[in-house]
Amino acid sequence: MTHDLIVIGAGPAGMAAAFTAASLGLKTVLLDEQPGAGGQIYQNVTRADANVAALLGPDYMHGRTLADQMMRSGVEVRHGALVWDVARDLTVTALQDNRSFQLRSPQLIAATGAMERASPLPGWTLPGVLNAGATQIALKRAAAVPSVPVVLAGAGPLLLLVACQLLDAGVVVAGIVETSPSANRAAALRHLPAALTAPEYLLKGLRMIRRLRSARIPWFKQATNLAVEGKTQAEALRFSSGGRLHRIEAGVVLLHHGVVPNTQLSRLLRVEHDWDDAQLAWSPRVDTWGQTSLTGFRIAGDGTSIAGALAAEASGALAAVGAAHAMQRLSDDERHQRAAPLMRALARQLRIRPFLDALYRPPEWINVPADATVVCRCEEVTAGRVREMARLGCQGPNQTKFFSRCGMGPCQGRICGLGVTQILARELGKSPADVGAYRIRAPLKPVPMSSLASLAGKVHENTMT
Amino acid sequence: MFRTIITASTRPAIELRVDGRTIEAHEGDTLAVALLSAGVTAFRHTPVSGEPRAPLCLMGVCFDCLVEVDGRQNVQSCMVEAQSGMQVRLPTGARRAEESA
Repeated sequence: MTHDLIVIGAGPAGMAAAFTAASLGLKTVLLDEQPGAGGQIYQNVTRADANVAALLGPDYMHGRTLADQMMRSGVEVRHGALVWDVARDLTVTALQDNRSFQLRSPQLIAATGAMERASPLPGWTLPGVLNAGATQIALKRAAAVPSVPVVLAGAGPLLLLVACQLLDAGVVVAGIVETSPSANRAAALRHLPAALTAPEYLLKGLRMIRRLRSARIPWFKQATNLAVEGKTQAEALRFSSGGRLHRIEAGVVLLHHGVVPNTQLSRLLRVEHDWDDAQLAWSPRVDTWGQTSLTGFRIAGDGTSIAGALAAEASGALAAVGAAHAMQRLSDDERHQRAAPLMRALARQLRIRPFLDALYRPPEWINVPADATVVCRCEEVTAGRVREMARLGCQGPNQTKFFSRCGMGPCQGRICGLGVTQILARELGKSPADVGAYRIRAPLKPVPMSSLASLAGKVHENTMT
Repeated sequence: MFRTIITASTRPAIELRVDGRTIEAHEGDTLAVALLSAGVTAFRHTPVSGEPRAPLCLMGVCFDCLVEVDGRQNVQSCMVEAQSGMQVRLPTGARRAEESA
């Protein structure tokens, strides 16, 4: 064993897990693919340009508090370290500076976060079509914003937040095209009383809506038949709304239909996953302490279920408390004392979730797109081709892979996975849980063969200590 | 397609080469954002149909930002920092077989 605890990912869950574990006396190392702390939500927060920090405000700058706390805690932090394999004995293999190395600990916390749900629609592979969150990353990381008019399409709090931030940065927002079906409102209303018990998010939402309304941004609701037009790059978004056809010219089209857990690592380790029908995504099964079905392997934050940055922070700390308890560093009583305030904070963060999940549930045609739409961007496989394979007898996504290469390109099924599962489930008359997901294997990302040389002779030594 | 909104630059300007053309970026920019800000529209043309692609996610998930960096093929340009003097090639089709060293 090289450490008591390995944490993967330096977003809110990973940072909180790391400094909590260190405060409990665990010898902890944190591995993160990025050059600095923050994950996606607080990306680049320790060295963001001043005007970007001012533009993004205190919600973003909170990440600096977490990063400072982590630095002070004495945790060993290794940035630029890409974890590309984790064995079932929790041996972690990572790549840093073109060399692969291995670490091993009895407890492992994956804080690998979320990614944006794919929004497959005609024309979405054109240059100029990005996920809405991508522009936030360009802003945080490089103080860059679109230089041409943008149109935002989809549904969710992030869509409105990005629209506001782009406006504040002086970008021309040519339109907002919301795709939530009208039925979502009624479904969401049921969850409004619970959401009102923690009203800060609702107030934030209302402020954003007011901001966008006062800027007189053309705003369309319940849009359908979305398609991006363009020959070699995005030129316009066309759609139907209110019984009419519309076309908005824009060189950048930003798509967003919520975020989903990134399950590459949990799938690699073959732990139990459930299909979450409210979030339309896979959710690795965990207990209060982030413990999965594999002893010692824990998941914290949005990698289990989407709940946001502040919930991730509490969940990371809870996973660390669980790890310390499992290693007999905390008694049952001490664990309870540490956990109580964290669980209260987490519960408060979760109150608005059912409301948001129902209000912004993505429309049917995003989850099961029309036949001609490309679902697998890497291998350019259409939804129709996936359906055809189901009719030919394919029972799940690992079979459709064999026949079409769907999910076998460089992204390793990250983008198309949820869509292919849902298309097959519909076509076969089964539940997504019965259809299953892509089998994920190492390496989690392509690594140069030459990087393996540094492992020679050390594999044995590290795994045996 | 993108532009910088830095007012007082705390990050020095750097130069890199893209398919023989010199572009400017700022230290700390990811290569993907540097390319987008330099007016690169298509980062690559796909091996399957040859259609143009550019980044979708900018967070290491979509692999549509793959370019060649200093002779290394299929590098996720959103996951590496732009460096002074970097030589970038925008790929067309499948990766070339590596020549033996």
